[in-house]
Amino acid sequence: MADLVKFTIDGIAIEAAPGTLVIDAAKRAGIEIPSFCYHEDYSLQAACRMCLVEVEKMPKLQTACTLPVAEGMVVRAGTQQIATARKYTLEFLLANHPLDCPVCDKGGECELQDMAFRYGAGESRYTETKLHVDEAQWSPVVFFDAPRCILCFRCVRVCNEGMGVGALGVVNRGAVSEIAPNKGDHLECDECGMCVDICPVGALTSGTYRYKTRPWEMEHVGTICTHCSNGCKTTLGVRNDQIIRGNNRDRSGINGEFLCIKGRYGFDFYDHPERLQSPLLRTNGKLEPVSWSVALNAAATKFKDVKARGGRFGVIGSNHTTNEENFYLQKFARQGLGTNNIDHHRTGDVVTLLDSLSGTTGKLAASEDFYTKKAVLILGADLSIEQPFLAFQIRANKRHNNASVYVVTEKPVREDKIASASVRAEASGQLAAVENWRGALSGQTELLIAFGDSIKGDAVRELVAFGSSLGFPVSYCCLLDYSNSRGAVDMGLIPDLLPGFHAAEAGGMTAPEMLASPDLDVLWVVGANPLSDAPLASTSAFVVVQDMFLTDTAMRADIVFPASSAYEKTGTVTNVCGEVQRLKRANSTMGTKPDLEIMGLLGKEMGLAPVLGPWLPDTVFEEIRKTVRGYNVPLPVISTGGAAQTAPVNGRIPVANRPELIRSAHDTLFTSGTLGRYSKMLNSVIEKSDAEKSLQH
Amino acid sequence: MLYNEPHPLEVKILTKRFGLPNSASIDTFLATEGYKGFEKALTMTPDAIINEVKASGLRGRGGAGFSTGMKWSFLPRNSPKPKYIMVNADESEPGTCKDRLLIEYDPHSLIEGMLIAALAAGSNLGYIYIRGEYRYLIDIMDRAIVEARERGFLGNNIKGSEFSFDCHTHSGAGAYECGEESALLESFEGKRGIPRIRPPFPAVAGAYQCPTVLNNVETFCSAPPILLMGAQAYAGLGTPKNGGTRLFCLSGHINKPGVYELPMGFPLMRMIEEVGGGMRGGKKLKAVIPGGSSCPVLKADECDVLMDFDSLAAAQSMLGSGGVVVMDEDTCMVKAALRIMRFYAHESCGWCIPCREGTTWLKKLLTRFHEGMGQRSDIILIGDLAKNMLGRTFCPLGDAAALPTISIVEKFTEEFEAHLEGRPCPYEHASQLVRA
Repeated sequence: MADLVKFTIDGIAIEAAPGTLVIDAAKRAGIEIPSFCYHEDYSLQAACRMCLVEVEKMPKLQTACTLPVAEGMVVRAGTQQIATARKYTLEFLLANHPLDCPVCDKGGECELQDMAFRYGAGESRYTETKLHVDEAQWSPVVFFDAPRCILCFRCVRVCNEGMGVGALGVVNRGAVSEIAPNKGDHLECDECGMCVDICPVGALTSGTYRYKTRPWEMEHVGTICTHCSNGCKTTLGVRNDQIIRGNNRDRSGINGEFLCIKGRYGFDFYDHPERLQSPLLRTNGKLEPVSWSVALNAAATKFKDVKARGGRFGVIGSNHTTNEENFYLQKFARQGLGTNNIDHHRTGDVVTLLDSLSGTTGKLAASEDFYTKKAVLILGADLSIEQPFLAFQIRANKRHNNASVYVVTEKPVREDKIASASVRAEASGQLAAVENWRGALSGQTELLIAFGDSIKGDAVRELVAFGSSLGFPVSYCCLLDYSNSRGAVDMGLIPDLLPGFHAAEAGGMTAPEMLASPDLDVLWVVGANPLSDAPLASTSAFVVVQDMFLTDTAMRADIVFPASSAYEKTGTVTNVCGEVQRLKRANSTMGTKPDLEIMGLLGKEMGLAPVLGPWLPDTVFEEIRKTVRGYNVPLPVISTGGAAQTAPVNGRIPVANRPELIRSAHDTLFTSGTLGRYSKMLNSVIEKSDAEKSLQH
Repeated sequence: MLYNEPHPLEVKILTKRFGLPNSASIDTFLATEGYKGFEKALTMTPDAIINEVKASGLRGRGGAGFSTGMKWSFLPRNSPKPKYIMVNADESEPGTCKDRLLIEYDPHSLIEGMLIAALAAGSNLGYIYIRGEYRYLIDIMDRAIVEARERGFLGNNIKGSEFSFDCHTHSGAGAYECGEESALLESFEGKRGIPRIRPPFPAVAGAYQCPTVLNNVETFCSAPPILLMGAQAYAGLGTPKNGGTRLFCLSGHINKPGVYELPMGFPLMRMIEEVGGGMRGGKKLKAVIPGGSSCPVLKADECDVLMDFDSLAAAQSMLGSGGVVVMDEDTCMVKAALRIMRFYAHESCGWCIPCREGTTWLKKLLTRFHEGMGQRSDIILIGDLAKNMLGRTFCPLGDAAALPTISIVEKFTEEFEAHLEGRPCPYEHASQLVRA
């Protein structure tokens, strides 16, 4: 590493790496140089002029955000001249800024407010009329209040550089310059709300949050988004047991400042009018509300009866429920009901990948690696649409580290724009396409390969063989669909695999086999909706469902237990990179119970409590840490809201995997399986064609 | 037809073809030593050309007055990237109208200047960024480029040499800001016309991030005469460190407004009295803007000054773009300040806060003040506001708006006071030249 540069700010000696900007060096040394437009992740603007500093031997004031440190440089940020400059810059900003702080959503967490308080003047010397422009709604989730805008262009940059969307720009000139959306009066974009989040003032406000509350009236609960597999932290703002907003302002999660529409706005399913709040029991052919004790008793009686006569159980778990719940469910099935007929919707071939990597370490990519690896190969996945955070990491990697990006997909994808090479190939031809790049890749020193469900079974083995032959370190990420898809595999929601990828003593039915079996006696579905795309062959099967909504499967059920959402319980989930993170309970919905509790009560009702153990999340997690291979993750990391990557299973996995059962739902930014149907926000942003619109009327 | 009669005191170097029949045609050009400077340059090394331009004392005619030879020498000639020649013909400074005449009457001298710069820079391609409102000039320029190609002065292996060069016109869209070199490059690349963070300067990373020679039209047009007559002879026309002649655009309350080519360092008062034919209607001189609207104004008693970069800097103003605006005793200086600020408020690109807000609020404040609604504290506020812009903006536009305002409010404070207490503007029915 090059020698550090020594210089001073206000007499304080500071050392920084060559090329560091004065504003960053000052921040690290604990000296605040205020700014609005500067953002360390995006291109430099030098537009707000708040960060002006005096530099010895330079006649004019310099912007600390564009000034690299130099040996012996003498910077002064605490002088009277600088104080005056800041004060007057703020005076300029406030000259046109409406003083509607008491009703502005940003009030209390507004950078302009903070700056004015700290550096500004108490009064304005301007008496002229302020410019006014009416507020505009750009999309269901983005509102724009132009007079509040200070034109720092952060939103333009985050949309263009961060998201690769470029839906925002600037129109007009001078004092009437305005941020404008790409479609004239509305946005056509990812609806991620990053622009709202990054806005230092209340110019861009959230469609779900605006005028609902003040920030200090909420409790801020950092938990993990329940939608896709990326495992972003979302900080839910909760007031009176209602979730009012989601964001990640403290940037404490693996996702830094990133959130997509699902993490930011997709929490609203929790109070959907169709949310189940009472157990339902089929009485005279109709599902009728009953008490918990009646429902639990009915289910337990049936389970005991079928178990006693050696009937056939089928158990289907979820991609969204916690590790604890999945672990408890498979334990319930295997030890309580005595069956290996347990499965879930498999969305990626993790099993073959782990088996192929047997005997090696450090080959499983962490989400950080998408930002740090010098080269990334995207294989068969529309990453920006299906794995938005991973795609964001790659864009940042390209921007900051000039990483090489390679893309092999069936259709054009957003990553093509930043790719060193990209090629179109059908699923069957994708490996051959990668093989063609052997020469091009040979110049790299490391590579991360992220592959979708087009690569499964033997294709995964071939891919790993290809990676191993390259002669430099290659890490892999098997892309999955949902928030705990990875945890479901790890916890053994597969007939022939116990938790930690140990082989089960005997095999069992897979989910499609259960549905197709004409003599299935009981189908127990926890947080899944298998009947949405396949019929249940057994007409006599007794169906027990735990879910938040009356899904296609729940409608066929004999008993439905109303389950809590991921935001209403604690526990852990494992993301696509195998990183374990903890859910924190944000709110509760009356009448519902977490799936773990429902299972626990059901077990107790059946007299299985001694076998299954307590249904406390912490206790179950402790058991997981002790018994599931790879899950002995450091508790302090998990319990403080951090992410800990599970150590990979380092040995052969002795089962015949069933790659043909792997089928990603390929959810888009605005869909999220069955859960997505119940989010008003996700549905509201889907651009409908004119034909679809006319059908609605 | 010429816009104004030439004056005997003029030294016609750049304007020598003005008034000739078909002066814009290549035949007229070739008949009057056209492309001779370029042909001489063809025999010289790039360093020799740059040294010649350095020795001529030529300083950028766009306004900043930076040594042209120095600017050309900053270009990394061994860079593997292509090098571009970029002509700034986005002439928009109020009071300035010289580049327009150069292109209208003598477009080939611009091409010749570009060819010389291209030889010095090792460039094969140039662009002429022409102000959007100068639409008719684009046609003239395009015709000249076609003629030059037909006669082998543009294209491959020009005049049998190893040297190849071609150029094209590019229309601006009517933004003053795009006269700033980095904003011009942004606009040229098809982006929003906002300035770039510098360094890097265009010499290193200009058009498409490639090394670029970017100069004003008049600067390029000065290159052929320098090579033709020799650096020493050219430099000798002006004052020390201010070589050659300059096209001064005389306007305002004088009898014979127009564009006159005079040696650098020509006395301002003689310019007004002799070249400009004296004050219109025998009125008394009140103030002069010496170099386009962005310069601090000179009071009548400060006008005993030589018109070169250094003398005007000593007089705490600027030579700028050579737009000399003369104002007589009937001029309301508050209104003049307002008129200038209206321009800058309209032209501010909106990028940085001090300029965007400063110009607009000064415009509002001056409007109110001129209407007689001002307060004594506003006089201080106007100066204060302008000083808050000065030196703190992203590009020089903020300074351009601040400097004249500060000078007017400080030098003509009594005129501001005369507008106080609801009194009507004392000059309202006088000169209508300065219309707010």
